[in-house]
Amino acid sequence: MKRITLGLAAAAIGMSMFVGCAGDPAPSSSAPTSSESTGPAPSSPESTGPETIRIGINYELSGGVAAYGQASVIGIEMAVDEVNAAGGINGKTVELVKYDNKSEEAEATTLATKMMTQDNILAAIGPATSSRFMATIPVANQNKIPVISGSATADAVTQGPNGVQPYAFRICFNDSFQGTAMANYASRTLNAKSAVIFKDSSSDYAKGLAENFNSTFVANGGTIVGEEAYVAKDTDFNATLTRIRGMEFDVMYLPGYYEEVGLIIKAARELGITAPILGADGFDAPELLDLAGAAALNDIYFTNHYSSLDQDPKVLAFIAAYKAKHGQDPNAFHALGYDTAMFVMDAIGRASSLTGEAVQAALAATKDFPAVTGTLSVDENHNPVKAIVVVGLKDGVESTSEKINP
Amino acid sequence: MEDVLQQLINGLSLGSIYALIALGYTMVYGILQLINFAHGDIYMIGAFVGYFCMSSLQLGFFESLLIAMVACSILGALIERIAYKPLRNSTRIALLITAIGVSLVLEYTMVYFVGAGVRSYPPLPEFMIGSFNFGGVIIKNLQILIVGISVTLMIALQLIVKKTKVGKAMRAVSQDAETARLMGINVDNIISVTFMLGSALAGAAGVLVGVYYNSINPLMGLMPGLKAFVAAVFGGIGLIPGALLGAYVVGSLETFVAATGNSMFRDAVVFAVLIAILIVKPTGLLGKNVKEKV
Repeated sequence: MKRITLGLAAAAIGMSMFVGCAGDPAPSSSAPTSSESTGPAPSSPESTGPETIRIGINYELSGGVAAYGQASVIGIEMAVDEVNAAGGINGKTVELVKYDNKSEEAEATTLATKMMTQDNILAAIGPATSSRFMATIPVANQNKIPVISGSATADAVTQGPNGVQPYAFRICFNDSFQGTAMANYASRTLNAKSAVIFKDSSSDYAKGLAENFNSTFVANGGTIVGEEAYVAKDTDFNATLTRIRGMEFDVMYLPGYYEEVGLIIKAARELGITAPILGADGFDAPELLDLAGAAALNDIYFTNHYSSLDQDPKVLAFIAAYKAKHGQDPNAFHALGYDTAMFVMDAIGRASSLTGEAVQAALAATKDFPAVTGTLSVDENHNPVKAIVVVGLKDGVESTSEKINP
Repeated sequence: MEDVLQQLINGLSLGSIYALIALGYTMVYGILQLINFAHGDIYMIGAFVGYFCMSSLQLGFFESLLIAMVACSILGALIERIAYKPLRNSTRIALLITAIGVSLVLEYTMVYFVGAGVRSYPPLPEFMIGSFNFGGVIIKNLQILIVGISVTLMIALQLIVKKTKVGKAMRAVSQDAETARLMGINVDNIISVTFMLGSALAGAAGVLVGVYYNSINPLMGLMPGLKAFVAAVFGGIGLIPGALLGAYVVGSLETFVAATGNSMFRDAVVFAVLIAILIVKPTGLLGKNVKEKV
């Protein structure tokens, strides 16, 4: 019996190997990078003449947060196509070296090393999320090639234990700025004197937002009458919301992601809580409308990177160009990806020479760069100084948007 | 005052959902002495069947509820036949581990097919959306529906167990399977029927939760499954009235803890109470009549 099983197993292995061989296309593994399965490798690394500028793309194209990575890369490619169509950077064509980090930190580090040591890039864009982006920063510092993220918002991203990370940049505001901006909006625009915070206690993002909202709101003369918490994946918020309903407050701040926030908004409105509900960029997902329902999504305000209602000519031009190509409205990640690529290419154009150090210096010196998500300057901590948008929802669709300058 | 009443209503709706799941746990335990850890995932499957009926097939709520219950009862019987029956004479730990395996298979099969993200039920018919306002106490139509359907199903279950021939056979098997077999009862069929009944209730709970919270995902069965298990143990596992009592106590307890502003300790309190009950009264609240199971 045992022998038969073994024989079968051996046969199965043999078969699979045979199938594997048969399935292989014509042998082409002589090129050094074509055996990589992580993404399309550059067609011929040796042909990098002085006529092209190479930029690495290290994004989450598959895995848990693929939606963010894919949207960002669409924006990046759009920007690069535009620049190349207009003659490139100082006459040189921009070439993207694109890899998929599978939403994994270790993979992001490996790819960063690979593109900086083998692919001859001048700068790398991505990853989209904070923890993966941070995994590439030590490699960047070591190889003296700048890495730039469009959407890594965690406070710690550009600040290492020994001060600012010299080769890390981002073009999105950080989380503490979001909390502060929303608190200012609540006390100045909504004239709120008292607020309740109901936060996701299982995410650093939400805790950071709550902390900064709290301190700024109190500094503005307001009072926080209650601070409640939930854990990600909770679905029943009735008990806590009934408790909140018994308090006297002007606004409710809900730092968290759409998955729970949608349910909280729905339950709160059903329980008769009519006060404005405030939040952050975690609200920006089409799923929010499905989860909460259009009727509940009134008097909702959240901070975001960008609003499709913006009447700024730059934004209108971007939306029109995006719509012409993809047939729908771009979201914040498309806009951030586009901006990141433009920001990097602008710095390369200003750099004194085509080396990582020169590009780093040019990035750090960026002043009043006109981005779709707001004109930005880079501060000494490599964070952008830029305006934030507060989006207001009516029946589930964006009805107001207001820019708040830093 | 109105907040206290409101919290009672919140607790009652939550307890009804736990009760529907806990009944399946307790019935299966009563008859097989097996803690069917896949039970919470049958509840999840029920929620998804209801979701596809209402969104893709455009069926009404009651049809979807019925289809989900039928689908879950078939699934429950299948799981019993495929995974548990071959182990009928093995150790209980083997059965328990198999149950955990079945639970993981169900969860990740669903993750594979529908993805791990949350989905929301399609817009509900008019009669389910509104609410009544009694001087600040808001009772949603959905809450009335949930409590109503739960109580109806529980009464139906009680009638089946107490008044029908199958119910009598179930009670006989739970007392002594060997003797029941000698009396001419087809023990295997009775076990299948028990799984079907329990799974149908879990399926109903899944659809009710789907419409009530408007959010379902393949891992949603995990925590409610555990809580319902606690409820069943709390009331005395193997006893149908015990599961009911336990479920309403757990639901109210959770609501009460969150209502006093300690929502972070909600689950901790529930499990701490379970431990306390087990220390003081290992058979559960109603668990003195050990012989009268199911």
